[in-house]
Amino acid sequence: MVTTHTYDALVVGAGGAGMRAAIELSDKVRTAVVSKLYPTRSHTGAAQGGVCAALGNVEEDSPEWHAFDTVKGGDYLTDQPAAQLMTEEAVEAIYQLERWGLPFNRTPEGRIDQRRFGGHTANHGERPVKRACYAADRTGHMILQTLYQQCVKRDVRFFNEFYCLDLLRDADGATAGIVAYELATGELHVFRAKSVVMATGGYGRMFRVTSNAHALTGDGPAVAWRRGVPLEDMEMFQFHPTGLAKLGVLLSEAARGEGGIVLNKDGERFMERYAPTIKDLAPRDMVSRAIYQEIKEGRGAGPNNDWAYLDITHLDPKVIEEKLPDITEFARIYLKVEPTKEPVPIQPTAHYAMGGIPTDLDGRVVVGPDEVPIPGLYAAGECACVSVHGANRLGTNSLLDLVVFGRRAGVDAARYAKEAELVDVPERPVADTLTVLNGFLERETGENAADIRKELQDNMFDLAFVVRSEEGLAKMQEILAGLRERYDHVAITDKGSVYNTELMETVELGYLLDCAEALVISARARTESRGAHYREDHPLRDDANWLKHTLTYRNDDGSIRLDFKPVKMGPYVPMERKY
Amino acid sequence: MASSAEVLQGSDAREVRARNDDHAKVAITVKIRRFNPEISQDSWWDEFELQADPLERLVEVLHTIKWHHDGTLTFRRSCAHGICGSDAMLINGRNALACKVLVADVGAKVTIEPIRGLPVLKDLIVDMEPFFDGYKTVLPFLINDSGEPEKERLQSAEERERFDDTTKCILCAACTTSCPIFWGDEGYIGPAAIVNAHRFIFDSRDEAGRERLKILSEKTGVFRCRTTFNCTDACPRGIQVTKAIQEVKRSILFDRF
Repeated sequence: MVTTHTYDALVVGAGGAGMRAAIELSDKVRTAVVSKLYPTRSHTGAAQGGVCAALGNVEEDSPEWHAFDTVKGGDYLTDQPAAQLMTEEAVEAIYQLERWGLPFNRTPEGRIDQRRFGGHTANHGERPVKRACYAADRTGHMILQTLYQQCVKRDVRFFNEFYCLDLLRDADGATAGIVAYELATGELHVFRAKSVVMATGGYGRMFRVTSNAHALTGDGPAVAWRRGVPLEDMEMFQFHPTGLAKLGVLLSEAARGEGGIVLNKDGERFMERYAPTIKDLAPRDMVSRAIYQEIKEGRGAGPNNDWAYLDITHLDPKVIEEKLPDITEFARIYLKVEPTKEPVPIQPTAHYAMGGIPTDLDGRVVVGPDEVPIPGLYAAGECACVSVHGANRLGTNSLLDLVVFGRRAGVDAARYAKEAELVDVPERPVADTLTVLNGFLERETGENAADIRKELQDNMFDLAFVVRSEEGLAKMQEILAGLRERYDHVAITDKGSVYNTELMETVELGYLLDCAEALVISARARTESRGAHYREDHPLRDDANWLKHTLTYRNDDGSIRLDFKPVKMGPYVPMERKY
Repeated sequence: MASSAEVLQGSDAREVRARNDDHAKVAITVKIRRFNPEISQDSWWDEFELQADPLERLVEVLHTIKWHHDGTLTFRRSCAHGICGSDAMLINGRNALACKVLVADVGAKVTIEPIRGLPVLKDLIVDMEPFFDGYKTVLPFLINDSGEPEKERLQSAEERERFDDTTKCILCAACTTSCPIFWGDEGYIGPAAIVNAHRFIFDSRDEAGRERLKILSEKTGVFRCRTTFNCTDACPRGIQVTKAIQEVKRSILFDRF
């Protein structure tokens, strides 16, 4: 049985970007939010340290300095107009969250308090600046709760635990809606709408060590990719230097913002050698690479010499208690380490996708070097690529991205939904979805999805992580081809209709395989090192050839086509990235 | 400074970690209450015996069962580190998040059941709608009609601290479904809704405290609470839930907040 719903606008995903868009939309047009999780389960809630805006509440600051840092942090792959816009709109976006009730920490004057964060500096790199607005180390939790509260206030219509399985476009390519799977019943639903905002988050679950939730499987990018939408800069994936050893659970950069330092096995503060000016507050890509270099040179810690330490033992216990309570608890619970007394074992963890569905400044999904918009299709947040983070996102800029560009996508999607006509869904809109689902359900014996997922995660960790090479990436591409072949023969044991999470996990594995393939092919193509993408066989940045974005397309026959588009430049001339 | 390697020498934690890395797994028996309406209207028990790392989270043990022993085992999870609130379960008779309990914490045998007081839909999944309906009745959003400032509303650090504890709530339902009054009385709004009302009642920027207190003084509200402290014990975020409920009760009785 298939149920059809008709709305003016749909939002897919109920994290920060999705709910920020929904708040704009629901005031203006008939809106529904389709989400595979209850909204407050979304991974925005796991963000810890802060959200940057040049409020200047604690010391002098300016949006222009913030824009410079964002561009430099992104290793000049950042589209500069996007960075300028985001950092200018940041100030009002933060005040808006505060007026909606977000409980920021306060200065003695009662204003929003601000603290330091990696890569955020005063006057174009002179010194670290206090720019991150925060609520203890639960800033993402507070943003998610505040946005959900505002959605409850507006009585936004949520379809919770509905998985997006397909994007529907009409014969001319315009957006017609989506196909969704209702987890509680196993029923398929066709949601028709004039505008659709994809806000499904990241895809860090393709790596063995990740800070990402199990749910982060790249649903939006994969579904769009299968329907002709390119993916931009997929090779740009951020590895956060301070994940809890083995587990990957994030220990916020706020720990370093408050004065924490990173040590090798000899207890040496090695960042002094790699970034003499701002040391441990260097951007994440540099710290992660420095850890790998220490490991390579025999100074890695832990039983297998592949860890480092995060040391906050010298901080005032009151600061730890008030400003870093959650991450302290993570170390205590999961590693049985007391962070006030001993350094915490850490290793780089797959954290954030800079790449994703290409959009313009209004969140409109755009195709090709000429950036032709797909009528009615929008994307925002981690699943999108504006591109404001370039080759390496600065800490706190993800939360900022989702409130600024979530809002902008919502505003324009509402405008479009008011002006446009509803277009026809294709004939037999759920046929392709049924073919996929029935394959898994009807096969009695076959491959185990969990085994394929583990091989994907282990190999991506070994071959496409902090340090990459042509040899490793070529091997990974071969492995992916084998995994994809096996994926087509997966059989599952749960044949039921009620809460069949085994079926949905298998679908999600398919999304991860797609995103991994796009990532590996883009990473092979980019024969330079820039930001988070480090090629040991091409260790230098190559501005002459690579000041451009990759675009990866999937052809109808399954083959992949690469294209490129230039970086949008602005006032900032690329220079060597030293801190 | 002292070498960090030396600092760690001799610590119990390091020994535990080293054992873990040597794959010194331990045997664990996991007993799970199962329910599948497509098979039977009655629940049943299944037992799984497996090897697990002492530092492994229970949610990962459940994954091992689902991925390698019984694909039909069904539970919610997402972040796996106590932030998203998906995996509240009754673990050895106490409500907890399966991602914040380690194998070493439960010993050689663990019994896992769905949280109580909400309809079970399949295995460890319960119907969360009644829980969120209760939450929505307390007006869980900032209400302030006195006009918006150009920048932020001012709030002192002390005023901010007043409601800090209740801002931590992740809506996992561990507190509400540990409450005997909630199990027995379908009308009771439950601890989590009161916690979220508290978060706004004691926020200096909010103006609708009286309205919320009126809602909570009704027969489904705070005075159903019998101060058993189950909720406080169950909260994975360490919120002093019973204290928050008592503060709301006092505010109603003395019209002061």
